[in-house]
Amino acid sequence: MLKDQDRIFKNLYNDLGSDVCSSQKRGDWVNTKDILNKGRDWIIEEIKNSQLRGRGGAGFPTGLKWSFAPKEVGSRPHYLVINGDESEPGTCKDRDILRFEPHKLIEGCLIASYAVQAHVCYIYIRGEYFVDGQKLQAAIDEAYEKKLIGKNAAGSGWDLDIYIHYGAGAYICGEETALLESIEGNKGQPRLKPPFPALVGLYGCPTIINNVETIAVVPTILRRGGKWFASLGREKNTGTKIFCISGNVNNPCNVEEEMNIPLKELIEVHAGGVIGGWDNLQAVIPGGSSMPLIPKEKCESLTMDFDSLTAEKSGLGTAGVVVINKDQDIIKCMARIARFYKHESCGQCTPCREGSGWMWRMLERMAKGEASRDEIDMLGDVTNQIAGHTICAFGEGSSWPVQGLLRHFSNEIKKRNKFDPIVKKTKNIPYLVDQHLLDKNA
Amino acid sequence: MSLRRPAKEQPKNFEFNRESLNAANKIISNYPKGKQQSAVMALLYIAQKQNNNWIPLAAMKYIGKFLDMPYIKVYEVATFYTMYNLAPVGKYFVQVCTTTPCMIRGANKLVEACKEKISENELELTNGKNCSWMEVECLGACVTAPMMQINDDYYEDLDKEKTLKILDKILNDEVPKPGSYRGRLNNEPENNRKTLMDLKNA
Repeated sequence: MLKDQDRIFKNLYNDLGSDVCSSQKRGDWVNTKDILNKGRDWIIEEIKNSQLRGRGGAGFPTGLKWSFAPKEVGSRPHYLVINGDESEPGTCKDRDILRFEPHKLIEGCLIASYAVQAHVCYIYIRGEYFVDGQKLQAAIDEAYEKKLIGKNAAGSGWDLDIYIHYGAGAYICGEETALLESIEGNKGQPRLKPPFPALVGLYGCPTIINNVETIAVVPTILRRGGKWFASLGREKNTGTKIFCISGNVNNPCNVEEEMNIPLKELIEVHAGGVIGGWDNLQAVIPGGSSMPLIPKEKCESLTMDFDSLTAEKSGLGTAGVVVINKDQDIIKCMARIARFYKHESCGQCTPCREGSGWMWRMLERMAKGEASRDEIDMLGDVTNQIAGHTICAFGEGSSWPVQGLLRHFSNEIKKRNKFDPIVKKTKNIPYLVDQHLLDKNA
Repeated sequence: MSLRRPAKEQPKNFEFNRESLNAANKIISNYPKGKQQSAVMALLYIAQKQNNNWIPLAAMKYIGKFLDMPYIKVYEVATFYTMYNLAPVGKYFVQVCTTTPCMIRGANKLVEACKEKISENELELTNGKNCSWMEVECLGACVTAPMMQINDDYYEDLDKEKTLKILDKILNDEVPKPGSYRGRLNNEPENNRKTLMDLKNA
């Protein structure tokens, strides 16, 4: 288990209070000026040394991302945008940072803004987190009052303004370019890349976009050194991470742990074990709903970091661990996830808009045992038609969980669905019905 | 995509009151000059708050003029984002999360409770037109599942009995206390905490 002194988020459960004075007692805002005075090259180099990878799901190296910002500020100002649109089922880590460790985030914003030469920072928070956003706003007001941000922030000579922008219930706005569209006051449909936001982003200006957790760990890394951070976890998968363990466990919780922690330890030690015992485990979704599930056999020895999960054809994603035990119907669980993606598709690309509903309808029928056998292959085919054929990664996100189900539980589906092939026309299967007609909300 | 339809009965006029105007102008100043369109999402929230939890078409037209942007673009935004209610939902709007992490911890019981107490169908107002409910996608409180949201507040760690009690309260026009209903401290592992113990006991 990670030692308490190596934990970055000491107030994860709000034992200490989130106001500026308690935060300062925990070490926030101490010598921020000195850190900034070491210069932006030093900051970026130190973050590169720490091998910090983005905590929002894709795991892109943060130091590298910052170095993409233009070195000189031209006619267009630079922007820093913080992605707090946390909507991935299974994930609720950013919410705790927003409400209990807001000053880590604000200080991180100052340092990151300085490193990428931005004077304005927008924090995009999902609309449902309105109450938590208000807590962050209170912390921002405190920081302005103490002159930690604003003109000559923390005495460093750098000016920074931070504004909160609330989303309004669109999962897709967690995609960085959709998020920019949303801030610009449009519907959140992702942009084609390139050009990448680091050169052409918000209002056409260079923009760096980072997840809340990524930015919130930055001040601690710079205080304790990139070497310290890199000493935790393993090569290229360093540091600590907030894991959210939900589903069929005895004590669902958020906990900060070292990268590369064994999944079994995470579930048994922190979450109090699977309901009904470890043998009652069916599968685990390791990183939020868009990552393929992993069956029990592989959970024994699995370690939680980016690369080892990729090797298992899954991913760490946002580290939202959803534990599913044998009392649950795994096909139904995946059908519900497919319904989520059907609901959240932005409708811009045809494969995703039509395919997500298609997958949902097929899975619903498979859960009821109303599908024919060859539909299993057809479902696999549909997922392949979506993944890689859309503007953003939503296509992959929606088809991977279905592919995971097919990879590990196709016997379960076959056992339940024994209808004759469709060609015999023994059953009327509504393939090409407009999905809205089947939508119970319609 | 989700299907969204504006209400059939629409008020003819809409205007911001003084309080809303002040809030709107403050938000617009958050964005660079000439980029006031960025404030459209916030202004729709303000309109929704002023108009008893829903946004009439007249408000979209008003906001379009207010921000100097075409009505259709405001309409686009209001219909794209699911948190903008395009029809009356009542003073208390109950949203039950039923996505997988909540589902496997029994979110269907919460739905049953809503059906018993509020109305058989989603988005159907109670007799007093004070309350309605709907199923929504992940609300981002998965470790305290199952949970629901009433207006801005989260109610977590629920079961059917607790939900019925909460709904009784709102039907009596009282605001129940938000947060965990099993009395746990935020997102800590209940009765099983192994980390940061010295701070807990401090």
